[in-house]
Amino acid sequence: MIGMEPSSSSAEWKPTASQEEQWALERHVFHIYQLFCNIPPKSQAVMLELQRDNHIEYLMKGLRHLGPSFSVLDANRPWICYWILHSIALLGESVDDALESNTIDFISRCQDQHGGYGGGPGQMPHLATTYAAVNSLITLGGHRSLSSINRGKIYSFLQRMKHPSGGFSMHDGGEVDVRACYTAISVASALCILDKELTQGVGDYILSCQTYEGGIAGEPGSEAHGGYTFCGLATMILINEANRLDLPSLTDWLVFRQGVEGGFQGRTNKLVDGCYSFWQGGAAVLLQRLHEAGDLFQSHALQQYILLCSQVEGGFRDKPGKSRDHYHTCYCLSGLAAAQFRWSKDADREPLPGLVLGPYSNLLEPIDPLHNIVFEQFDEAREFFTESQHCDDA
Amino acid sequence: MDSDEDERIPLRQRPEWSDITPVPQDDGPNPVVPIAYSEEFAETMDYFRAVYLADERSLRALQLTTEAIHFNAGNYTVWQFRRVILEALNADLHDELEFVEHLASKNAKNYQLWHHRRWVAEKLGSEAAGRELEFTKNIFLNDAKNYHAWSHRQWVLQNLGGWENELSYCDKLLEDDIFNNSAWNQRYFVITRHPGIGGIEGIRDSEVNYTIKAIMTKPENESPWRYLRGLYKNNIKAFITDPKVSTVCLKVLTSKVNSVFALSLLLDLLVHGFEPTQELKTALESLIPESNNSDSDIAARVCSILEVMDPMRVNYWRWRKKSLFSC
Ligand SMILES: [Zn+2]
Repeated sequence: MIGMEPSSSSAEWKPTASQEEQWALERHVFHIYQLFCNIPPKSQAVMLELQRDNHIEYLMKGLRHLGPSFSVLDANRPWICYWILHSIALLGESVDDALESNTIDFISRCQDQHGGYGGGPGQMPHLATTYAAVNSLITLGGHRSLSSINRGKIYSFLQRMKHPSGGFSMHDGGEVDVRACYTAISVASALCILDKELTQGVGDYILSCQTYEGGIAGEPGSEAHGGYTFCGLATMILINEANRLDLPSLTDWLVFRQGVEGGFQGRTNKLVDGCYSFWQGGAAVLLQRLHEAGDLFQSHALQQYILLCSQVEGGFRDKPGKSRDHYHTCYCLSGLAAAQFRWSKDADREPLPGLVLGPYSNLLEPIDPLHNIVFEQFDEAREFFTESQHCDDA
Repeated sequence: MDSDEDERIPLRQRPEWSDITPVPQDDGPNPVVPIAYSEEFAETMDYFRAVYLADERSLRALQLTTEAIHFNAGNYTVWQFRRVILEALNADLHDELEFVEHLASKNAKNYQLWHHRRWVAEKLGSEAAGRELEFTKNIFLNDAKNYHAWSHRQWVLQNLGGWENELSYCDKLLEDDIFNNSAWNQRYFVITRHPGIGGIEGIRDSEVNYTIKAIMTKPENESPWRYLRGLYKNNIKAFITDPKVSTVCLKVLTSKVNSVFALSLLLDLLVHGFEPTQELKTALESLIPESNNSDSDIAARVCSILEVMDPMRVNYWRWRKKSLFSC
């Protein structure tokens, strides 16, 4: 929150770069909101409608074909799968049998012979793409998909990535940060292979990344950041150590990240961005559950930003003026789902629909916010992995 | 690659590559998320796979990774293999610095690039400190909040040194843009980790003065408010007894500007046992002239004011109020 434009007065007053950017965005967003306020209720309802068909069309197209400009994402193909498949699942749809089978086949080609998944066939296994691949396969669901995951080898890959600091390396010789911790722990938890050996030292590492602001940074000393805050908090909950964090200051920092635009910013005094709808909104949902509190943020304002500012005809974007992409589509929809539901105290119970902005048909499928997987498929996978082999909780 | 960008000779036509059989990507018969690679991209990666699988640690393999990275700086496998080759060849890592600097102009937000840079700097040791600090400084000219660059800079300071002018560098950045939270964070990093400063306790007084000055120029700026709290982290007693903290709250509350952050700080003080002066109580009263507020507890009253003044966080302030009485 940088505040409103001053009403002139002081002559020597000169706005800084941060203020200029912020006000430019505010003008853009408030113009949209003003437009919205001045149209009849019927048109308002149309503007607030989730354009399901357009989104599905955009997503399906991406699964089938990506242009040459996607070459810069050539080491992120399981991520593209996850962004698309999770978005489709959130919208309550699924892919046809052929696409499903092709997806399982393709992701299997990214699986390393010694465990873990790489960014494409033949690439080194990487924790983040392993997370994306596992979440994609769980989202698809079904025996063939779930049994294509070599859990034993993933476990040894995770073990290999363990770093002396307590954290994890992203890959052999890769960077150590909070994202690596989250992707490793989330995968282990989803596959029921989480044990003491993997969790050892993780809590200390995450704790060392909580900053004086209250949020969590990527590495000790860095700036509190929405993406890392979600990752750090979710990790701490998954390893049962959330209470070691300074939760009051984390909560305080987090609620202040919701801007006047309704969306969330990633860091103090930065611009709001649709993808933080999930990173911050999801973290807020996790905190609500920990505190056994009701809403801690303005769910309606967030939904409004997502639907009116991030939504485009097919897909979602960071903010007005930017173009859509699969990443922002996934995390705007995930954020929308986080905002639409009321979470029951019992962590294993499916969340209940709360206040849905716009037509009720906007309601998405509920997610498990810790892993960001649609609840139904997450549950199915849990059952599958518990039954097929022993699921020892650490 | 830069010189022949417009007329790249295909690898299959280069005599030095004639002994290599390219390895196509094993995408399967019906891949999903298939990328329509350009011919050059596909060929480069086919040759890369060949040398990677053969573990060929040669000069030509190094050059090939350069080409592959220009096509896609996000391919961590290529970067990792490049490091393996650099080690095997005992290459001059100063060239590597130039390579990264050139790339950074277009890929300043790429994880792999920064990870690689750190690896190179670590190999070069403390002689690299100056150049690394300069490098990140140049990045900040275009993007003063570049997250990776800040992490790199912190790593350099901690591992290679160069702390001498860091606090004045923070001063300068904050002078340019007092809202730059990355610069505030860096300031905190310096005062808590600079080996010559000796911890927060010794420098607190002057930092508090600096921060209060920043608050008074722009009370709507959240960064210094959080920084101020940070200065008292792990010392709650000093937090609630230092008159400077409550005074800045009072000053802002009585100056008719955005006082959400002042109220929020005051609430934290109260929660930790701070006893408000009569002056502060009066200032609070004047914020609710209708005096329709029935909260007898002063912290609860602050929450009620915040509910009205800060509607985006109305749920949060209500919850804070409820939490006052639950323990
Ligand atoms: Zn974003």
